[in-house]
Amino acid sequence: MPDGTIAGLAARRWRVGLLLTAAMVTVYFGFILLIAFAKPLMGSPVAGRLTLGILLGVMVIVCAWLLTWLYVRWANRHYDAALRGLAGPPA
Amino acid sequence: MSSALGQPHPVAIAFFLVFIAVTLAITWWAARRTRTTSHFYAAGRSITGFQNGLALAGDYMSAASFLGIAGLVSLSGFDGLIYSTGWLVGWPVVLFLIAEPLRNLGKYTFADVVAYRMRQRPVRVSAAVGTLATVVFYLIAQMVGAGNLIRLMFGLPYEVAVVVVGVVMLAYVLFGGMIATTWVQIVKAVLLLSGAFILALLVVARFGFNPVALFSAAADRYGAAVLTPGQLVANPWDAVSLGLALMFGTAGLPHILMRFYTVPDARSARVSVFYATGFIGFFYLLTFILGFGAMVIVGQEAIRAVDRGGNMAALLLAEGLGGTPFLGFIAAVAFATILAVVAGLTLSGAAALSHDLWVNVIRHGEASEQEQFRVARLATVVLGALAIGLGITFKGQNVAFMVGLAFAIAASANFPALFLSMFWRGFSTAGAVASMTTGTVSAVLLIYLSPTLQLDVLHHASALFPLRNPGLVTVPLAFLSGAAASLGWPDREAAGRFAEVERRALLGAAGE
Repeated sequence: MPDGTIAGLAARRWRVGLLLTAAMVTVYFGFILLIAFAKPLMGSPVAGRLTLGILLGVMVIVCAWLLTWLYVRWANRHYDAALRGLAGPPA
Repeated sequence: MSSALGQPHPVAIAFFLVFIAVTLAITWWAARRTRTTSHFYAAGRSITGFQNGLALAGDYMSAASFLGIAGLVSLSGFDGLIYSTGWLVGWPVVLFLIAEPLRNLGKYTFADVVAYRMRQRPVRVSAAVGTLATVVFYLIAQMVGAGNLIRLMFGLPYEVAVVVVGVVMLAYVLFGGMIATTWVQIVKAVLLLSGAFILALLVVARFGFNPVALFSAAADRYGAAVLTPGQLVANPWDAVSLGLALMFGTAGLPHILMRFYTVPDARSARVSVFYATGFIGFFYLLTFILGFGAMVIVGQEAIRAVDRGGNMAALLLAEGLGGTPFLGFIAAVAFATILAVVAGLTLSGAAALSHDLWVNVIRHGEASEQEQFRVARLATVVLGALAIGLGITFKGQNVAFMVGLAFAIAASANFPALFLSMFWRGFSTAGAVASMTTGTVSAVLLIYLSPTLQLDVLHHASALFPLRNPGLVTVPLAFLSGAAASLGWPDREAAGRFAEVERRALLGAAGE
């Protein structure tokens, strides 16, 4: 459906939202599964005695920031413009 | 190390009294602006995106996460990190799926959205049950935590602490409504973020501003094991199940969802989650520095000596690095934190009682503005009394599991129905009721049968249900029962109004 319709834009918003949700789910549960099944790998040092596990934990938080930033950028640039188009041309 | 903890210290009391005075002044100012139900529940939609971002962070960052996670990290190292990350990852989901359409579709509660195109009464009743179950379990955890913490920090008797928290919180909500509650959250968020930041700064200053040196020092003193996954996630399914509850529970917490009605439009709702995710993520990164800092600087033995659960780790660290005045400041911040969270919870519980149950179920949506306002305040008093009563009833009980339970109910009872009502045309009244009821009942039942309650609290030999948090079973179950009931008992009128929901979710009420 084209973006020019309500249903089309609604579908596009859900697609973007669900895709980003899937990305967050993958990152977080990937981290949890690594903790559960790859303990030695997570304990391997990356800098000084700082381990990969700690670094990845920080990265989960950074990923959450990055994904929210991506969504907000998409929404501000594309979604809001499409919404303005739907609301009709200014009288 | 001798500590000033547990004595009513003048500096702590001074900071605490200043906080109470400032927040009561805010309440007095807010009370003069709280004239309608919309002011009382939604601050007259006058909060900006940035302010709401701070207030969301204030609503969410509880004393349990500040003191609890820092303590957990200080005693068990890496495993605490699972919580630091888990509490954050629900926020992007709130942004991607919930915040904007919720703002456009609802008025005061998330039930407004679920019930929008359905038959009002059955949906409102089920949503109120889910809301109240979430709020009550969350409140018990907060009130018992408040009593214990204040006893440890100031040496006040448990009951006195619970009553003080209940009464001060009630003053905020009853007189200042959402305007006062929002500003208390903002003040608290700024205090907590800056307090934690200064404390973390003092920690890394000890290590030449090099966090890697901090982690190395922890490994030198307690072995490399503190930087590696340990026993906390012995069963991976437990970790996945808890993760699921945390991730989708955030998007079903009534006091968080209610905050999106305080901003003027969907765009501000979007901006507010963006800021909230930034602040909350920053805070959880800090808890990690604080946890390892306490481990190295205070030492695990000294932390355990004060409180076996480690809850005083951050406070001992503050005392060690900044002396008694800084301890007093951080203790007052922890108290402020509890007050703000309890106020937000009370207001959302009161909205479920008065807006969902009284106005829309008993009065069929026909109550006058004056009546709505009166009932809202009455419901607030009921919730406040309930909070104090529950706090005293559960004295000395192990209630740590109740926050996990509140998240499990929010993820199973509230989130699936909220999402499906906006996403799926075929979602029917029967589906909404089935999903919310199944979510609430299964979450409560399975947590009762889980090792968390059977082994840790009731000290039985075994538990019928293997998982410590039921999210892995109850979230899919709520989705499935909602889908099955919708297919079995379709709702032609609800389906017919889906286009209207879609339009309003995008354009808001003004687009009608």
